[in-house]
Parts: sequence; C-alpha cells; structure tokens
Amino acid sequence: MAKSVKDVNELTYEQAIAELEKLVARLEAEQLALEEALNLFERGQVLGQHCALLLDQAELRVRQLTGEKE
Amino acid sequence: MEQPSLFPPASLTVTELSRYLRGLLESDDILQDIWVTGEISNLSRPASGHVYFTLKDPTAALRCVIWKINAFRLQMGLQNGQAIEAHGYISLYERDGQYQLYVDTLRQAGEGYLYQEFLRLKARLETEGLFDQERKRPIPTHPRCIGIITSPTGAALQDMLNTLRARYPLAEIILAPASVQGEDAPLEIVAALTALNQAEQVDVILVARGGGSLEDLWAFNDERVVRAIAFSRLPVVTGIGHETDFTLADFAADLRAPTPTAAAVLATPDRNDLVVELSRLVSRLETAFQVSMGSWSAILVELRSRLLRASPERQMQDDRQRLDQQILLMQRIWKQRFQIHHLHLEGLLNRLAALNPLAVLERGFSIVTQPDGTIVRSITQVKTRQEIQVQVADGHFAARVETINNQGN
Repeated sequence: MAKSVKDVNELTYEQAIAELEKLVARLEAEQLALEEALNLFERGQVLGQHCALLLDQAELRVRQLTGEKE
Repeated sequence: MEQPSLFPPASLTVTELSRYLRGLLESDDILQDIWVTGEISNLSRPASGHVYFTLKDPTAALRCVIWKINAFRLQMGLQNGQAIEAHGYISLYERDGQYQLYVDTLRQAGEGYLYQEFLRLKARLETEGLFDQERKRPIPTHPRCIGIITSPTGAALQDMLNTLRARYPLAEIILAPASVQGEDAPLEIVAALTALNQAEQVDVILVARGGGSLEDLWAFNDERVVRAIAFSRLPVVTGIGHETDFTLADFAADLRAPTPTAAAVLATPDRNDLVVELSRLVSRLETAFQVSMGSWSAILVELRSRLLRASPERQMQDDRQRLDQQILLMQRIWKQRFQIHHLHLEGLLNRLAALNPLAVLERGFSIVTQPDGTIVRSITQVKTRQEIQVQVADGHFAARVETINNQGN
C-alpha cells in the first residue's frame, strides 16, 4: 500500500487525520516486519506534516452561489 | 319622613377600601394572567429603570408598568403609538388609587394571532413526523465545505464568517443568499436549500438570521421552508434569532443552535483543539516507532551475538579448543589403554614365567636329553648303559642309564 507523498497532499484534513490514526494504531499494536514499520513511520510523518500545514496555513475561502448548478 | 338608622352603614377608611379593592382584583384568576391589546402612549423611562406607559384604545385607557428586571429582558423597542399586546396581572397601586397592569411580556399586536397559527402549524407538522428525533442526522465533524443560507447584508453572516475564520479556516464556505423576512423570503430560502443540496461538495448547511419579533422570523415558520429543511439531502443546522426563539425550521433541522454564531460553532471543530489532537497523534507515532525499533534492536543484538558466535574466526577458535580437548581425551584414553596393556603384559609375563621350563627345573624337575640334545620323554628312547645328559636348575651333568622300568612296575 505504498502511496506517494504527492498522494498525501491531495488528502483532506479529515482523510489525512483518519489515516494517521489507523496507522498509529497499527504501529502500536502489532510487531511488524522491520521494513513495514519503517514505511509506516515515514508515511505517518508525511501525513502529520500535511495536517500541520493545513492547520497552520488554511485561510477561509468564501464564495457565493451564482444560481447556476455547481 | 326618613328616620336616621340606628346602625348607619360602616364607614371604611380609604386605606381599608383600597386594600379591599386590591384583594378583589388579585383574587380574580383572569386578571392575574391576562393579555391586553392597545396602543402605547405616555411612554416614560425614568432613571430608575422601570418603564411606565398607558395602553389605550378609542374609549379606554389602562396604566401599565414594567419593572426594571422585566424591562431589561425586553427585546422590542417601545414607542408611543405602537400597537402592542402586553401580558401581566392587574393590581391596585394603593398610594394613588390607580389600578395598573404589571407587565412581564410584550409582543407586537397581532402576534397573538400569529402565535396561535404557529401552534397550529407545529401540531400538524409534528403529527406528520417531520420533527422526529430519528430523522435527525449527525453533523459531520470535519466538514470540507459549508453552505450558508442567510441575508448577504445582515450582521448574522459577518458574525458567522468571523467565527469560522477563527475556528476552522480549513473549510470552504459557499454562500447561498436569501431574504430572511418578507413575502419573498420562504421561496428564496427554499431555492437556496435546493441549490446547495445539488452542489456536490457541500457537507453541511447552516440556515441563519439575526434576532427579531415573531413576525420578523415568520418566514422560518413557513410550511414550505420547514419541509425543504426536513427533506434536505444534506444535514441542516439552524441558528435563528436569539436563544429563546424557536421556529418550526428549528424543529425540523438536524441540529438547532441558539444563534447564528452558535450554529457556526456547532458545525465545526476548533482549530486549537485540532492542533492539540494532531500533536498527540504525532507523539504516539514517534513513541510507537521507537518502541518498535527498540524491540527490533533487541532482536538485532541477539542476532549479532549469534552471528559472532557462528563466525569463522570464532569457529576456528572453537575448533582449536575442540582439538585440544580431543587431544587430552586421546591422551587419557591411550594412558588408560597403555595401563591395561601393561597389566596385560605383566600378567602374560607372569604366566610365561610360570610356564618357563627352567622355572620348572627350580622346582626339582630335570630335563633329560640324548647326547644330541633331543629331550627324553619316554623309556623307549633309551637303552641301558647309554649316556644321557641331565639338566638341572643350575647346570647339567652326564649320566648312564642303569635300569629301565615301566611306569607302574
């Protein structure tokens, strides 16, 4: 399930934090193969950074419906 | 001629009469809980905080007072000429002999009628099940996109946007503007709901307007609006009027907030909480990884020492040691065997010694031989007068055969 860093950037905050939760739970629960543990940790870091960035830099975007179908 | 009576009618003092009248008024159930319609006049708001006015209609007038604590709660502005309905109880202010209405609540005239209408509609829609708790859906915890239905020019919108900006700037806001009072309002609100429900990315809808009278908020009691909210595809949070205002739209919504700002708060997580939650999660991530690496480390150390023990270098050392051990073992074994041999040999030697013919000689036996050396074993080998050699332990001598006898003769 190796996804790229680019993938993470496209996740919403909710998606990223949900994945991070699951990932951490796995890392805490199982004795994983060394390589898998390393991979999970790396992805976890990327997810965490993405979330932190979203929280830090988000600016409220407001727009108005023009009456046309979205 | 009229005779003066012996017992003239009792004469009450003014105080006694006033008290009597007051008692009469206060014992009347209707007068203790009454709504009165009229027009405000002689409005007075002295520094004490109490409010005084007269309610009048074409043929009568009624003095009214609102005590400071009630006046404080009033949400309506009061003006002379205003047609209102006042609620309270009737009593007598003895000091000036004036009966008054002590007011606790006010509303616009005609709102009484509106309120009845409100109750009727509420009952009807409630029996249809539109307000049932089971119909209410959960509000998404991290909405990506929030739709807002409110007046584009009202304060409610600005309050909500400020709240959202501070709390949850991650969201995208789509404003679907609509009038929030007046005849056009219900249809505009319904159209806005329809439009937002069609927008793919919207996660939740906020319907909001600022405070006002029952009349002002009436659009949110409109049946069309209530149905549109009840059957909305997306969850709806309403924030209409003030804390104490309840409209039918509020009952139909998936969640009612007391004010527009509260609606924005209920629909979103607080960014500060999210920051804390994230840092805790990252902390757990790092700890879990360290623990995982820790156990891997332990395994590696174990492997390394096993590897070391199994390495050629070690192997050679081992071999050498084994060799030494083997040698020692062998030496021991040889020694043992040697000793056995030795004993064996000694034994043999002893036996041999015992069998030594010469040893036999020492016991007294002699060996008789012919002159040519052949050993004489039998009498048939010799003749009388023959020379024989006799060997004894310490030497030998010659001898002549004298007489020959058989064994047993």
